[in-house]
Amino acid sequence: MTQAMHRILVIEDDPAIRGVVRVLLAAEQYRVIEAATSARALIEARSHRPDLLLVDLGLPDGDGIKVIQSVREWSLVPILVLSARAMEAQKVAALDAGADDYVTKPFSAPELLARVRAALRRNARTAEQTPVLQFGEIRVDLGRREAKSPGAEVHLTPLEYRVLESLARHAGMIVTAQQLIREVWGPDRADDTRNLRVCLKNLRQKLEPDPARPQHIVTETGLGYRLRVGEF
Amino acid sequence: MIETRPDPDQLLASLKAEEARARRGKLRIFFGASAGVGKTYSMLEAARGVRASGGDIAIGYIEPHGRVETERLLEGLEQLPTVAVHYRGTTRREFNLDAGLRRRPAILVVDELAHSNLIEGDPPPRHAKRWQDIEELLDQGVNVWTTVNVQHIESLNDLVAQITGVRQLETIPDRIFDEADEIELIDLPPEDLIARLKAGKVYVPEQAATAIERFFRKSNLIALRELALRRVADRVDAAARASALSDRTSRAWMARDRVLVAIGPDEQAEQVVRAGKRIADGFDALWTVIYVETPKLLSLSTAERNRRIDLLRLAESLGAETVTLDGPSAAQALLEYARTRKATRLVVGAPKRRGWRGWLCRSTTYELVGRARGFDVIAIGAPDEERTAEQTAEVSRPEVAVPVHWNRYAWALTTSAIATVIAFAMFPYFELANIVMAYVLASTIAAVRFGRGPAVVAAVMNVIAFDFCFVPPRFTFSVADAQYIVTFTVMLIVAVTIANLMASVRQQTRVAGARERRTASLYAMSRELAATRGVSSMARVAVRHVTEVFDCKAVVLLPDDKGRLHHPNEAPVTRSFTSADLSIAQWVMDHGKRAGLGSDTLPAAPALYVPLSNERQRLGVLAVLPENRRRILLPEQRHLLETFAGQLGLAMERAQLAEAAETSRVAAETESLRNTLLASISHDLRTPLAVIAGAGSTLAQRGRELDEASRNILARSIETKAQEMSDVVSNVLDLMRFESGQIVLRREWETLDDLVGAALARTEERMRRHAVDIGLPSDLPPLHVDATLIVQVLVNLLDNIAKYTPSQTRVYISAQLQGAFIRVTVEDDGPGLPPTERDRLFEKFQRGEDESAVVGAGLGLAICRTIVRAHGGEIVADDRPGGGARFQFTLPIEEPTS
Repeated sequence: MTQAMHRILVIEDDPAIRGVVRVLLAAEQYRVIEAATSARALIEARSHRPDLLLVDLGLPDGDGIKVIQSVREWSLVPILVLSARAMEAQKVAALDAGADDYVTKPFSAPELLARVRAALRRNARTAEQTPVLQFGEIRVDLGRREAKSPGAEVHLTPLEYRVLESLARHAGMIVTAQQLIREVWGPDRADDTRNLRVCLKNLRQKLEPDPARPQHIVTETGLGYRLRVGEF
Repeated sequence: MIETRPDPDQLLASLKAEEARARRGKLRIFFGASAGVGKTYSMLEAARGVRASGGDIAIGYIEPHGRVETERLLEGLEQLPTVAVHYRGTTRREFNLDAGLRRRPAILVVDELAHSNLIEGDPPPRHAKRWQDIEELLDQGVNVWTTVNVQHIESLNDLVAQITGVRQLETIPDRIFDEADEIELIDLPPEDLIARLKAGKVYVPEQAATAIERFFRKSNLIALRELALRRVADRVDAAARASALSDRTSRAWMARDRVLVAIGPDEQAEQVVRAGKRIADGFDALWTVIYVETPKLLSLSTAERNRRIDLLRLAESLGAETVTLDGPSAAQALLEYARTRKATRLVVGAPKRRGWRGWLCRSTTYELVGRARGFDVIAIGAPDEERTAEQTAEVSRPEVAVPVHWNRYAWALTTSAIATVIAFAMFPYFELANIVMAYVLASTIAAVRFGRGPAVVAAVMNVIAFDFCFVPPRFTFSVADAQYIVTFTVMLIVAVTIANLMASVRQQTRVAGARERRTASLYAMSRELAATRGVSSMARVAVRHVTEVFDCKAVVLLPDDKGRLHHPNEAPVTRSFTSADLSIAQWVMDHGKRAGLGSDTLPAAPALYVPLSNERQRLGVLAVLPENRRRILLPEQRHLLETFAGQLGLAMERAQLAEAAETSRVAAETESLRNTLLASISHDLRTPLAVIAGAGSTLAQRGRELDEASRNILARSIETKAQEMSDVVSNVLDLMRFESGQIVLRREWETLDDLVGAALARTEERMRRHAVDIGLPSDLPPLHVDATLIVQVLVNLLDNIAKYTPSQTRVYISAQLQGAFIRVTVEDDGPGLPPTERDRLFEKFQRGEDESAVVGAGLGLAICRTIVRAHGGEIVADDRPGGGARFQFTLPIEEPTS
């Protein structure tokens, strides 16, 4: 199993939660490194070179966001935020600081594990530059810029394609609305969410089997969107 | 009238006065009959005595008369800095009030109580008079020593002028003297004073050098000395009476006398006011100065009307209440007023008309004397012609410009002509006695319609025409029968009498109209204030009314938490007074007295500042900048303005009380909310906790003994109960955040499809056994909402369905455009809502069924309503046609602005 080699740094000050997470991850054959403070976390991150960081935002010696920012200065390692049910503003701040995804406490075991797997997979894919993405019955070839359903080719407008591409590059991860607008429309249209909403509505009409209940292009309310590939 | 028990109001007043006196500084006046008796000298000697015994005494100001003795006495005493005031190219040193207030010695010595500050000087003084400076010092608890001469006391002013022939321009209100804590009479026999004068020991102001010889005549000095001694004796007498008054239990109480002082626009009025003051003081009575506005007086010149304003102000400064009455006859109005106010004495000026005029036109005074019942009439004799000649010469009759309505005269003549035509028509058939009736009718019509002048002209014309045309011998002016003279006379008298009556009625109507307008304007404001919520809105309403009624600019300045006044933040209403002087306003706020134009303090300011206050607190300041200065100076206008201010003060107090009541109501509600919450939470949290703890401990202790299936059941129950608890806790937290106002809507443009999709995704697990139908039109406009919160509404509604409907229930989510709103409907075909308490579903902690095992703390729907309302929509619950429950909420559609 390739997973055996994955090292996960868990940065969390509550020993009970740390314990649960350790048991969970160890059961899935990950190697778990623990840190209770942000200072310790930065040392562990540099010395152990983990494949994934699980960061709690409320740390005794500083904000978890600071940890994310420091790590991001030298590493593209996937970072998952473990946050208590907080205001959207804090989550957005963490995502803006460079976190890839978040899991809300209280979380369920399957949810956490699925997120971890997705993050690690994205990392692997970035390394391999896999240009083809399959979700549901839709197959998107990023290299050839085409999307296909089993019946026929799905026609996407250039804007729709760029939104899909943006989501696919972070498949399984959350992409904030701001990030999408920045990447597709450009930085000067940052507050124009209306076009984005319309574009996503159209994308769903074309790609989702039941657009009213999207299975693949999922809204993370108040934060952004996630392209769900496979289990999550 | 004798009362046997203390008047509670009076008791209260004397208690309050005592209280105020305890905090107030003490005033000691060194009082003399004239300049040169050595007041300043005695005061400084006393000051040195205090200094020598280690007392904290400072010299605020001493007139630098350049006397060596005075200079010598000043040595070794602390002298406060004075202020240099520039005035018309010269510089004078003046008392520095602020220095005195900063230093706050135990005793502050300030010479010359009656001094007038240079109101037009630079820097301008705070008060017009030094006695006001001293009042402020006393108010601030500083004890003050000062000096004054008898001729400066307001009510004695004209008496002194009559004795000496020199009118003193600088006066102090009697109240200051009467309320002083200690009066030290500095007495010097006239011979000694004259000796001192001759020795050059008395300071003589240059401008008065000519008058001085007349002034310091021995006879004058004796009279002044007597006046001063008597004034001090009066004071001692009053003090004795006051102490008797405070001996409350043993004494039967005399009701206080009330002295009415009636004045007219004549020169004698000022003298009558001062005499009234002395009489009122003598009887220790309340006194009221009355000016009766009769129709005749309405046509007075501006100068005379201005004098009336000055007179009433003088009366107020002497401590009188002032009243302006309207009525056809002065005597009638006065008698009426005297009766209603239960006056004991009425002071009037002695009749002035002499000879046949006095005999023919009975003066008001005679009429009053004749009809007085239950009170005495005191007539004040006119001053000697010689003495007042100087004054009367100054009063030149201003030209009274009465507009002449020529067209009325033309109409009056026309009636005469018509009467003549009719008379000619009647002549062949009627006797002369009936023909004259045509003329009488014409005279009457002219009198009724065209006023006095035209009526007289018409009457004369009628007489002439009747005489010329009809009275034999006809077509001559000679009259054969002398009895026609009677006819002519009666015709004239009838015309003039009717015209006079009509003029009087018109004037009455005008006066009544003006009064009615005043009352109506006050009523209009009160009514609008009653319908207004919030202090700042009230201020705006008041400003609008005040600017309309008083033809002025106005603003209401409200204090912040620290009591500092500010201009209102909101956009000014029309005619807002935006440049009010905040420092004056602050003074008014701090002292609770009006200031500015026409008041005692800073009268040179362009605007008038009136405090808005009640007994307990000061609420703000009304600043008024009149377009027409004279108007605001009229006592009745000022009273009206103060009534407006009073009304506004009351309304503002009411608003503040309402706010306080609201705050305490909210507090009480929060308290009961907290209690309900505790009860509810303890139930909703303990139930799942019991399961978790039980299952957890079983697994920990007996885990090995249990089979795989049992362990699974326990673990699952822990998981589901933990999830339930999590829901309860997050609901409680959400609601708490809403209640505390922490939640700010983060609105963005969203599509309803997206929101519904997100809500369904979040409730997927719970709704597994329900079928959901979605019917959203594809052309719905985007919504400008906080997505997280609207999703929360949908999730809570769906949760509600999941909890309270059996499995396989169908759920329908739909939406439609409805005017400026989108209406979202979430309905099911389940058992429907419980019939009772449907409206209360959205209250906190309400559940359809009370003792249900379903966990939820009853907060879900309350949260829904809070969120929807925060977005400007509404949420309702009712029965779905065809069975089941239906929840509908609206969200306003906003036009995208980009």
